[in-house]
Amino acid sequence: MSVLVLDHLSVSRGTQRPLAEVCLTVEPGECIGLIGPNGAGKSTLLRATLGLVAATGRSSLAALPAAARARTAAFLPQGREIAWPLPVIDLVALAQGGRRTAPEVGAALARMDLAALAQRPASALSGGEQARVLIARALAQNTPLLLADEPIAGLDPAHQIACMQLFADLAANGRSVIVALHDLALAARFCTRLVVLAGGRIVADGTPRAVLTAALLEEVFAIRCHLDEIEGAPVVFPLAPVPRGER
Amino acid sequence: MTPARLYTLLGILVAGLFLAALLTGVAAVDPVTALRALMTGGEGPVGIVMREIRLPRALLAAMVGACLGLSGAALQGLLRNPMAEPGVIGISAAAGLGAVLALQTGLAAAYAFALPAAALVGALAGVGAILFLAGAGGGTLALILAGIALSALCSAATALVLNLSPNPFAAQDIVFWMMGSLADVSFTHVLLAAPLMALGAFLLWRTGPGLEALTLGEEAAASMGVNLARLRLSVVLGTAAAVGAATAVAGTVGFVGLVVPHVLRPLVNAHPSRLLPAAALGGAGLVLAADIAVRLVLPGQDLKIGVLLALVGAPVFLHLIWRMRGAA
Repeated sequence: MSVLVLDHLSVSRGTQRPLAEVCLTVEPGECIGLIGPNGAGKSTLLRATLGLVAATGRSSLAALPAAARARTAAFLPQGREIAWPLPVIDLVALAQGGRRTAPEVGAALARMDLAALAQRPASALSGGEQARVLIARALAQNTPLLLADEPIAGLDPAHQIACMQLFADLAANGRSVIVALHDLALAARFCTRLVVLAGGRIVADGTPRAVLTAALLEEVFAIRCHLDEIEGAPVVFPLAPVPRGER
Repeated sequence: MTPARLYTLLGILVAGLFLAALLTGVAAVDPVTALRALMTGGEGPVGIVMREIRLPRALLAAMVGACLGLSGAALQGLLRNPMAEPGVIGISAAAGLGAVLALQTGLAAAYAFALPAAALVGALAGVGAILFLAGAGGGTLALILAGIALSALCSAATALVLNLSPNPFAAQDIVFWMMGSLADVSFTHVLLAAPLMALGAFLLWRTGPGLEALTLGEEAAASMGVNLARLRLSVVLGTAAAVGAATAVAGTVGFVGLVVPHVLRPLVNAHPSRLLPAAALGGAGLVLAADIAVRLVLPGQDLKIGVLLALVGAPVFLHLIWRMRGAA
């Protein structure tokens, strides 16, 4: 059974439509990379999916009551806000109503390699460590679906790979992940499916190999790329912007 | 320190200060006689002083302080800003304007009830204006801006009333009232304020889990099942009821709602929900202590509690900021 169904989901802001007629069905085991240039509507799509912004059309998730929604999907917003210097373990435990002893909390701390930092106040951590704490919080919610908005922005290469590997592992274990990101190479390597947004619409949807073509990268991202393959996964290496006259 | 232990210690502190407040005053009464008169309901002058003057004054000091501390903690949690305090949403200024109008029109002189009642009407009108301006489902920024606008408008209107005051005595009454004081309160004031304070405290109390989740920002909190619109409404209405009632009986007592949550936050590991009861107890203790101090520092001079709190509190706050700067 599908984890998420979006049916002609649209968001209007004045005369603009940051999201237009998006239809998407997510199955268990899918790790979906949401890619597209800045302003393509990636964040708006995630917010509308969760019901955080007013939208027309239907999101099966937004239609749920708040408590059921929180049991179905965890959300990792783009802004990494930690307002107060709570101990790491208590921040992660927020996903379980503050119960530190919940097994999900311990598992999420261990999975994100945070056990040694559990009692430290979040304010004493580096930016990368704080990002891992927030991912652990989302994991501790233990939901079939995880929505992450640019979770790897600002992380060092090792933690970017570790984070994407985590999402791929979650999907391999039957959960579903939708992750918005800009790194096309990591998206190609770790996602089972890529959804390309441009101008608020889905312009491509398929396996990384099918989606990442020179023509699409030129049209949507306005870049020329070197396309290759390593260990069976497509590799995208951006080379240069498409000159203005040729767009 | 575990939360239970902190609450116990703060509770003991408040109880001790409450007892000290009962035993402090102009009339020289030895403690044993005073407490015996209070307990046994003695009919003599000592009994009347204890029951009619000191008991309501101590009770109101604790209630006003608890309301200010609790509201400050809830607002700081909602706005995720340690600089937030009840004044930021304009309720104190609106209640103040109501009271000033009662003093100006002479209503307050005609009916003892008129002054606090007018302050409550002011607070109520203020919260109505805030909710109308920010919209019930409006965002946090809209709420702060509406509060600042309301606060500025009420201050301007208060200044206008002072400006047009027909005689210097009315103006003096207004200025003194705005400094905040717990002198001359009776059980009438306690009974007037108690139901609203209880309602406000009830509303604020229940915001704990929502404020806790809000540590991760509004979107994350909403995705964890928090109803943000209802949470904002609870904090605004709770603060209006609690601080409106406190201002009605004690005048403008600033600073408590700002500094008490700030000082106690490290002791509760920064948990917004655990800060609520701690700040209520801490606020009660601080106002009780200040009300004892105004009677001891300048006996017979009627030093205003708002003045003392600002005089002592501001340097303490500066010291805290200094230390924070050193730590960072």
